[in-house]
Amino acid sequence: MTVSPAPAEAILEESQPGGRRSRLRGSSDARAYGLATITTIYLLWSLVPVAIVVLFSFNAGRSRSTWQGFSTRWYTWDPDGSVLNDESIRITLMHTIVLGIVATVITVPLGVLLALALDRWRGRIPAGANFTVLITFVIPEIALAIGLLFMVTYLATPFGLGTTAQVVGLVTFQLAYPVVICRARLLTIGTHYEEAARDLGATALGAIRRVILPMLFPAILVSAIIVFAGVLDDFVIVRYLSSGAATETTSMRIYQTARAAPTPALNAMATIILLVSTLAIVAGWLFYRRLNRRSGSSTDLGSFAGQL
Amino acid sequence: MGGRLQRLLWPILGLPSIVWIVLFFLVPLYVVFCVSFGDVDPIFRTPIPIWNPLEWRFDQVAVVWDRLVGPDNFYLPPVLRTLYYVIIAVVACLVISFPVAYFAARYAGRYRALVLALLVAPFWISYMMRMLAWINLLQPDGLVNAVITMGGIVPLDVNWLSGNPFTVVMGLIYGYVPYMMLPLFAALDRINPSLLEAARDMGAGGFDLFRRVVLPMSMPGVIAGTLLVALPMMGDYFTTDMLSKSPSTSMVGNLINLSIATPGQSGQAGALLILLLLVLLLPMVWYTRSTAKAEVRS
Repeated sequence: MTVSPAPAEAILEESQPGGRRSRLRGSSDARAYGLATITTIYLLWSLVPVAIVVLFSFNAGRSRSTWQGFSTRWYTWDPDGSVLNDESIRITLMHTIVLGIVATVITVPLGVLLALALDRWRGRIPAGANFTVLITFVIPEIALAIGLLFMVTYLATPFGLGTTAQVVGLVTFQLAYPVVICRARLLTIGTHYEEAARDLGATALGAIRRVILPMLFPAILVSAIIVFAGVLDDFVIVRYLSSGAATETTSMRIYQTARAAPTPALNAMATIILLVSTLAIVAGWLFYRRLNRRSGSSTDLGSFAGQL
Repeated sequence: MGGRLQRLLWPILGLPSIVWIVLFFLVPLYVVFCVSFGDVDPIFRTPIPIWNPLEWRFDQVAVVWDRLVGPDNFYLPPVLRTLYYVIIAVVACLVISFPVAYFAARYAGRYRALVLALLVAPFWISYMMRMLAWINLLQPDGLVNAVITMGGIVPLDVNWLSGNPFTVVMGLIYGYVPYMMLPLFAALDRINPSLLEAARDMGAGGFDLFRRVVLPMSMPGVIAGTLLVALPMMGDYFTTDMLSKSPSTSMVGNLINLSIATPGQSGQAGALLILLLLVLLLPMVWYTRSTAKAEVRS
C-alpha cells in the first residue's frame, strides 16, 4: 500500500510528534491525540464487526457466535450446507455478480454520455434532466422500486419481474454516480483542450473521442467501481423486482435468513461477495495508479479513495 | 461535420439517458399516482389504475389519511417513531463524523491515505452484511452479551434483537454514518489551513475557533451529509426488520413494505409513498439546488 507523504500543511506538521515544533502549542498536541483516539475507536467499531463475520465463515462448528476451530467446511466440503455444495447459494452468488456486471456495463456509458451532454448543452431540457438525475440520487430507494414494480405489474411492459426488471431498476438508481463524478471532472478539465484539438482540425466528435474521453477515463473508472459495488450492495430494488429464487441476490438471502439460525455458510457467502467487490476496487486502484503514473500526476491511495 | 449537426451533438449524446430516465423513473412514478388514485376491484381486491388524472379518485388516500390522523390512527406511531429515530440517528452521525473527519482532514499526516481508505471501506461492504455482523454480535449468546456479563458472571440478560429501539437506532447510525463522513471530510479538507492559522493568531482558540470558523465553513458538508443520511433513512424498513423484527420498532418504510405484501393494499402503499415523497420533496429539492450551486462555484 502506498502511503502518501505528509502534505506540507503547517498545522499537520505541528501535530506530528517530531515534526516542526517551533510554533507548537501544547493543547494542539493533546487535541491531535484526542482526535486520533476517537478516530481509532470509530474505525474499530466500524470494521471489527464485519471482520468477525469473515472470521466466523471459517468456523468449524455450526455456531456463528462461538468459535469452534478453523475450517473451510462452509466454503467447500460440508455435504449440503457449504457454498460449493448448496446449489441455491451458488445461484444467488452468480446472480448477484451477473447483475453487478450487466448493470455497470449499461449504467456507466449512459451516465458518461449524459455528463458530456449536460456539460455543454444549455436550456430547459438539460436542466430538467440534471435535476431529475439528482433526485434519483436522494429519493428513498423504496420509491423507485415500488414505481417500477407497479409499472411492470400494471402496464404492458415488454419485460416482467426478474433479471431484466432488476437491471432496469439498478441502472436507474445508479445512473447519478457516473453523471455527478464525470461532470465534476469535466468542469476541472475545462474547454481549452477540446478547443485546441478543434483548432488542429479535429471534429467535435473526434475531440470528444480522442481528447476528452481519455482525460475523463479516471473518473469513468471510479464511477464504474462505485456502481459495481453499489449493485452488489443493493437490496430494496432487487428484492421488489425479483421473480423468485432464481433471481435472489446475496443481500436478499441475508435479509431472509440472517435471523433464522442459519449456518456460517451465510457468512461464507457474504465474505465471497465482499471479496469480489474488494478485488474490483483493488484492480481499479492498480489501473488508476498506472494511468496516473503515465500522465505524471499524484498516485496515492488517498486521491483514489478521495475520488471514491 | 456541419454546423447544425454540431449543435445537435450534445442533445444526441444526452438522448439515451434522458429517454431512460423518463421511461424508468418518471413513468413509474406516474404509475404510482395512477394506482394510488385509482380503483380497487371489489371482488379480486386487485388495484385498477386510473390513467387519466382528471378521473383520479382519492378514496385510498383518504383511507391512509384516516389511519394517520383519524380516530383509529394506527399509522401515526410508526410515523412519529421514524421522525425521532431519524433525528437521533442524524445528530449522532454528525457527532461521530465531525471529530473523525476533522482528524482525517487535518491531523492524519502520513496515515492520511490509510485512514481515508478505511473510512471508505464500509461503502464496499454490503449493507446487509454489516447488519448481519450486528445480528451475530447481539445474539443472546453473542459477543456483546458475553462481554457485558463478563462471561456469565454478571446476571444481565439484555434482549437486543427483538423490539429494542436502542439497537435499531444504533443500526441506523452504523449503516448510514459513512454517508455523513465523506461529505464532511470533503468540506473540512477544503478549508485552507492558513485561515485557521489566522484565526488562531487573532486569538481564537479551542471552542471559539470551532464555533466561529470551522463550523460555518463546513456547513455545506454538514447540510449535504445530513440530507444524504436522513432522506434514505426515511424510507428504510430493512434495518429494523433485521435488528428487531418487531412492530414496536416499525417505521414508515415498514408500513409501505407491509402494504405492498398485503393483497388489495397496493394503492394504500402507493398513497403512503406519495405522502412520504411530499414531505421529502422540499429537502430533496434543497439538496439538488445546493449540489447545482456547488458545481457552479467549483
